[in-house]
Amino acid sequence: MEELIEKLKVQIIEQLNLEDMEPDDINPEEPLFGEGLGLDSIDALELIVLLEKEYGIKIQNPKDGQKIFFSLKTMAEFIQENQK
Amino acid sequence: MSFFLADNIISSLGFNTKETFSSLLLGEIGIKQIDNKEYYSETFPASMIDENRLNVEFKRVAEKYSNTSDHTKLEKMLIVSIDDALSSTEVNIVCDKTAIILSTTKGNINLLASNEKDSFEKERVLLWKLGDVIRNFFGNPNQTIVISNACISGVLAINTAAMYINSGLYDNVVVTGGDIVSRFVVSGFMSFLSLSPTACKPFDEKRDGLSLGEAAATIILGNSTDDEQKLVFKGGASANDANHISGPSRNGEGSYIAIKKAIIEAKISTTDIDHISAHGTATPYNDEMESIAIDRHNLCAVPVNSIKGYLGHTLGAAGIVETAILLEEMRQNTILKTAGFNNLGVSKPIFVTDRIIKKDLNCCLKMASGFGGSNAALIISKTES
Amino acid sequence: MVDLKISRYCHIMDNKVFVDGSLRFEDRDAIGLKQFTKSIYRFLAPSYNKFFKMDEISRLGFLAAEVLLKDVDLTDYSSDEISVILSNSESTLLTDQNHQDSINDFDNFFPSPSVFVYTLPNIMIGEISIRHKFQGENTFFIVENFSADLIANHINNLFLTNKSKVFVGGLVNQSNDNYEAFVYLASDKGHLQHNALKIKSLYNNKIEY
Repeated sequence: MEELIEKLKVQIIEQLNLEDMEPDDINPEEPLFGEGLGLDSIDALELIVLLEKEYGIKIQNPKDGQKIFFSLKTMAEFIQENQK
Repeated sequence: MSFFLADNIISSLGFNTKETFSSLLLGEIGIKQIDNKEYYSETFPASMIDENRLNVEFKRVAEKYSNTSDHTKLEKMLIVSIDDALSSTEVNIVCDKTAIILSTTKGNINLLASNEKDSFEKERVLLWKLGDVIRNFFGNPNQTIVISNACISGVLAINTAAMYINSGLYDNVVVTGGDIVSRFVVSGFMSFLSLSPTACKPFDEKRDGLSLGEAAATIILGNSTDDEQKLVFKGGASANDANHISGPSRNGEGSYIAIKKAIIEAKISTTDIDHISAHGTATPYNDEMESIAIDRHNLCAVPVNSIKGYLGHTLGAAGIVETAILLEEMRQNTILKTAGFNNLGVSKPIFVTDRIIKKDLNCCLKMASGFGGSNAALIISKTES
Repeated sequence: MVDLKISRYCHIMDNKVFVDGSLRFEDRDAIGLKQFTKSIYRFLAPSYNKFFKMDEISRLGFLAAEVLLKDVDLTDYSSDEISVILSNSESTLLTDQNHQDSINDFDNFFPSPSVFVYTLPNIMIGEISIRHKFQGENTFFIVENFSADLIANHINNLFLTNKSKVFVGGLVNQSNDNYEAFVYLASDKGHLQHNALKIKSLYNNKIEY
């Protein structure tokens, strides 16, 4: 789990062009959207692409994204549960 | 003063305005499921041009102009569209007081695909080159004015044409616009999760995204007309939400401002507006935003329709296609029903048409909105004063 | 009748930033537009995280507007009186190519929404409008070569028809091997007449840089 979270940090910074951030700046428990990293609706779509491209997981209903992408931790948990 | 002189629509439902309009009156839906891996790995609904018919029509027009060059699908659509619109006016396209304004979002973008790369010269994918090809075909002496401003391009192009005519810069302007359905746009909108799995349902409670369509359309404006039934450009404006590059403003701010400025220029009051042709893409946010802008202008009792449930979202062509349809609605004093609409699914109690309505249409409003926070509006009237 | 005047103009090209014809910033070591826009960003330090989300040409347009509007007070005008009218020759060709590259494989492709959204040239106008809260007119023209006539005429017409009072106008372009931004600010305040001849001469100043 720790390893997956660290990997996700790097992937998110890369995929979402968070150029001024370092992996250590992201707290796995903090909300990704809103006040946390300040991500927006396009970032949410980009995270859906990331899950499909890097982990082969397809989110059928974009509304599920809110729960899955709440924080790095919820995202990592979702990947662990759904990865074949 | 600018008058609407002639128009044409090349769509899945017809190759001129009258033919397309008759199909819409009959309730025909041009959006069909497309199963073609070249566009996308899964089936998706879209409104496509009949390419065989396009080739026949283009051959006829090319012979008329003694042109033997190869042309792309979009160029053929635009050329056939312009030729048809020109044929019902006296406007001289080779005159230096006639300008062409081209509205497109992606032009010949299909030429960027690796399997199309060598079919035409490299710069053919550039939008100014598309403008050049069109004007050279018709022998127009002026550099084509190309506007690429997302989904408001078409309305912007008409507003710009009227502004140039009113200032005396040109006597006549041929406004043409087109976009094709390509792998480029299908995959892009898919990544945005904004395509509906079925034909789109504007303003409906079950709306779940837009449908793409391809079309070309032409509207010719001029500074004088002999028509008994005059159709006058009264005012138009654009405005930015200054809020988000892809999501529309939650309070309809940009759309509200564009309508407000168009009304001021038209010197009318909101109570004069008989009918509104909305952008109505059928995405949850766009339609909600438009309902708020309409409500903020106290226009909830005015019949509103969107024709995207018939022809899909034709991007750079949309504003011209939909204005041409609106002109025909005004000529026939008939408001089309909104295909795909059953139950109101926006927060404001706007009057979305669920049937054909016969009504005297003297003054109408066209709305458009698009990526980049852009919004535009224009007003057409049958009276000059 | 008040005439429209130009109060400031800005060029960005060849790893240099000029304001009113004078060199304001240079980074000789930057390779390509991406690196150079990053160093301009660090120089201006606007602390605007959304900058890093933008594609290269939007970054260029955003920074050109940033330089142009630095310390300019527009509080006399309402936000819907301020318009952005831009042009270029390549639209968003490099970003288009980027998106196209991600979809060339029919069986295994992952288009990126944050790339796709930038495949429209007016997104740059949106970015500038969001940053400065401009809600006036928007138009993006595509022309083979910069046309001072087109831009001057369009802006003068919008001004004369009372659509808008303040304008950011110009050119923001990126091709395979080059980039260029030329933007100016026009309003009722300024020392230069707003007409095609003047704009052409300001634009051609670049030959002497």
